[in-house]
Amino acid sequence: MSHAGSEERAGSSPYRLTFDGTAVTALPGQSVGAALVAAGIVAWRTTRREGRPRGLFCGIGVCFDCLITVDGHPGQRACLVPARDGMRLSAEGDRGGDGGDGD
Amino acid sequence: MVMAAMGTDRPMYDVAPTYDVAVVGAGPAGLAAAVGAAEAGLEVVLIDAGRLPGGQYWRHDEHSTPPAHHHGRLFARLRARLHYQRRLGRLHYLPGHQVWLIDRPRPDSGPFTLRLNGPYDTAPVERDRVRARSLVLCCGAYDRQLPLPGWELPGVMAAGGVQALLKGHRAVAGRRAVVAGTGPFLLPVATGLAQAGVRVLAVCEANPAHGWLRHLDGAVRAPAKSAEAVRYAALMARHRIPYRTRATVTEILGEDRVRGVRLDGGEVLEADLVALGWGFTPALELPLMVGAATRRDLDGSLVAVVDARQRTTVPDVLAAGETTGVGGAAPAVAEGRLAALSLAAAHGLPVDPRAVRRLRTAIRQGRAFAAALHRTYPVPDGWTDRLTERTVVCRCEEVTYGELCRARTDLGAEEPRTMKLLARPGMGWCQGRICGFAVAAVTASLTGRPATAEDLRPLSARPFAAPVTLGELAGMDESAELGESADDADEEP
Amino acid sequence: MPRTADLVVIGAGVVGAAAAWFATLAGLRVVVVDRGAIAGGTSGAGEGNVLVSDKEPGPELELARYSRQVWGEDLGPYGEWWEFERKGGLVVASTPAALAALRTLAERQRARGVVVQEVSGAELHDLEPRLTREAAGGALYPQDAQVQPMLAAAHLLRLARRRGAVVRTRTEVVGFLRRTGAPGGGAGAPAASGGGAGAPVTGVRTPHGTVSAPAVLNAAGTWAGAVAGLAGVELPVLPRRGFVLVTEPLPPATVRHKVYAADYVDAVASSDAELQASPVVEGTGGGTVLIGSTRERVGFDRRPSPAAVRALARGAIGLFPMLASVRAMRVYAGFRPYCPDHLPVIGPDPRAPGLWHACGHEGAGIGLAAGTGKLIAQALTGEATDLDLTPFAPERFEFEEGGADEPRGE
Repeated sequence: MSHAGSEERAGSSPYRLTFDGTAVTALPGQSVGAALVAAGIVAWRTTRREGRPRGLFCGIGVCFDCLITVDGHPGQRACLVPARDGMRLSAEGDRGGDGGDGD
Repeated sequence: MVMAAMGTDRPMYDVAPTYDVAVVGAGPAGLAAAVGAAEAGLEVVLIDAGRLPGGQYWRHDEHSTPPAHHHGRLFARLRARLHYQRRLGRLHYLPGHQVWLIDRPRPDSGPFTLRLNGPYDTAPVERDRVRARSLVLCCGAYDRQLPLPGWELPGVMAAGGVQALLKGHRAVAGRRAVVAGTGPFLLPVATGLAQAGVRVLAVCEANPAHGWLRHLDGAVRAPAKSAEAVRYAALMARHRIPYRTRATVTEILGEDRVRGVRLDGGEVLEADLVALGWGFTPALELPLMVGAATRRDLDGSLVAVVDARQRTTVPDVLAAGETTGVGGAAPAVAEGRLAALSLAAAHGLPVDPRAVRRLRTAIRQGRAFAAALHRTYPVPDGWTDRLTERTVVCRCEEVTYGELCRARTDLGAEEPRTMKLLARPGMGWCQGRICGFAVAAVTASLTGRPATAEDLRPLSARPFAAPVTLGELAGMDESAELGESADDADEEP
Repeated sequence: MPRTADLVVIGAGVVGAAAAWFATLAGLRVVVVDRGAIAGGTSGAGEGNVLVSDKEPGPELELARYSRQVWGEDLGPYGEWWEFERKGGLVVASTPAALAALRTLAERQRARGVVVQEVSGAELHDLEPRLTREAAGGALYPQDAQVQPMLAAAHLLRLARRRGAVVRTRTEVVGFLRRTGAPGGGAGAPAASGGGAGAPVTGVRTPHGTVSAPAVLNAAGTWAGAVAGLAGVELPVLPRRGFVLVTEPLPPATVRHKVYAADYVDAVASSDAELQASPVVEGTGGGTVLIGSTRERVGFDRRPSPAAVRALARGAIGLFPMLASVRAMRVYAGFRPYCPDHLPVIGPDPRAPGLWHACGHEGAGIGLAAGTGKLIAQALTGEATDLDLTPFAPERFEFEEGGADEPRGE
């Protein structure tokens, strides 16, 4: 797994993102899903019913399998969100940020 | 607490402009329609979910353009004309906007309001709605999928998704790949992977495939396509990619990610990437939302019915490209142009009849070629035989084939709508986009009949056409609904 | 399809399914026919409300209490199949005035045997942690429950089939068999149908054949008026459109009860044709949250209405502010079959002996189905009914023609 044709990008430095704390780099213009896959991370969502791993499937915003939390926004399609420097990605889980049981 | 306050003040006038035409989709058909309509003198808004024009067919990134052999020069010209019309102020281009609702004061008349949002939470959204007197729906298509054991494992992707990663994101999803399914689109995916350094173990083409060239004989002339086939054959040879015909992946192996595939002869290929595609499924939610008639096309897909002027059965709604039948870029562009001329004529603008004739000829030839492809690369009969009790059919709701069978035998689900209500396929995030074709086929086969358009519709209709937050719904502008409920309520007996 | 039966049920929705099950249980040979699919009409477009909380004291509340008992007891052993959940209803009052009105209603309901617990503003959040902080207080109705209505209809029909009932979908009733020679009856032939009000109904005609039966039950929901019309009798059942919003799947227990605003009862009881909207919010086993409810009389128009959708979203966010950032995946419309007096029609029709009705349950049909089915079975087999059916009599709308003076069947 790699960034294909990254030599074309000579001159522009890659973005640095984190996925659940792990550093991931992305080329400008890449989606966060592409960046994860290029980093060898192929799954980041766990299904509700069977607890199975999922990642990119359709790759074009149709299947919603690649849902991920981006900077605290849950339920984002990783294949559509452009990577940005400093983005925090986390595995799709509880919507704790939306109100929380404790509030 | 915010309580529903209906019948609130409505503004005396609507400040939002009403365009002559809204074109949805900036792929080959949509670009051609939007540019053509603007050049004919109409006020156009072009709405596209993608960040860049071109759609799935002409997918590229900011640093490249599609290669010339994919009608790339045609794309480059259309894109230049798009930007020229924008500069002239005749065409308003809204990339990165998805349409989630289209409504109209009455089913058959009045301006359309298209409600828009971004494809992700923080996406910049320039307009949350536009109004237009007519629509051209050019919504494109995505890979058709047939479920098989293990297809939900990470590392298994739609062929188009693999291609999108390569063309749009410069990323490759594995090191050892198998490309499987049917149709000529498998070839560029395989050669694209090989060119990016991936070892492609095989292209598994389920059909005999040699029929392609045979179908090209006679009336159908498509030299560009033939040249393309020759070029891919050369690329396949250069990268030593085995092209296996009548070869089907029957099972995908792995625990938490794909480790390999089993072929119908029992042979196992070890791979970490599997690209699957069985032709294409047009996105029909918007045609269905506005009430357009649909039919089942030669390839088994639900498509919008259009007349010789690209008009759907709903007044002021036209459609072009894959929305009217999967056929590739060439007929899509011709249909888009014809739709533009058709709208121009409807507005009383001058239209060259020779141009119309040329476009109709191009569409006829393109459609004939597509028909030849559909006949050569059908979804093989009996594919449901590979499904096992535990095979996931609906990926979102994790509904298995066994559950569909029980909903049929125990609960009496005889058609897909009931199947959906009783077993939940198509009720999850994707709303049946991925499993719709399969659920229709499985339900029909369990009921002992072939799938019909009636089977396809319940899993193709999607109000909403895209997810929308309740906050957006609550904040919907009210000015676009003049006369809506009051008029209809008067009809009450 | 069998040529004869003891009972033909028209309609494979939840009401017809419950009637078929209880009639089968009582030993009747039952044939169920539906012009469409199982639960293809209103049953497939509701939220699965089994509510006692939203009823004013009166015949409907009595039926609701009775039906809730049938869901929980007679049908209790099968509850898992249709996701029967005793989740309880939580009615939320936004203002002190609304709370006072709610308390008054609760007191009157309590006098009729409804279990109600008053809930203070502070206690609301122990019950529903994500509820708005703005609420003045509320009332908890532990008897309120939820079912998955399509599964309920399908499994009740499966149970009935196991006991010998026959279910035929895509089989539309196109006419009734009438007894010849009866006063006002058709001209001679046993297959005479329509226009023969007064002549006994002796079966149904369908494109796939006829079924003779001494009793035919009209459980056709929103289309029950048209079915009655085939028998030459008028039944004022009309559609009242409702939309339901479905959110993306949320973590379990995001919304724990069936939560609705205190003004829901007014909207239910309203006869206004204009859009009525009052929020009802609840979680489902699938993780989605369902948001109702709107009511408007617009005929059979299914197109999503921006006004209705906006009202639903506003109401839901008013109750649960966290929902503002939650996505809706879809919206669907259903048509509640309602009568002018908002009471269902349950019982034999003296204007066409042999024809029975179980329809017009408006938005409460899921909840009222179990009780309705059991009552119909009791009446059909000549048993004393557990509830007096007089308030639900089919001929109650006939006063203008003097029909109310006619004898009321057996």
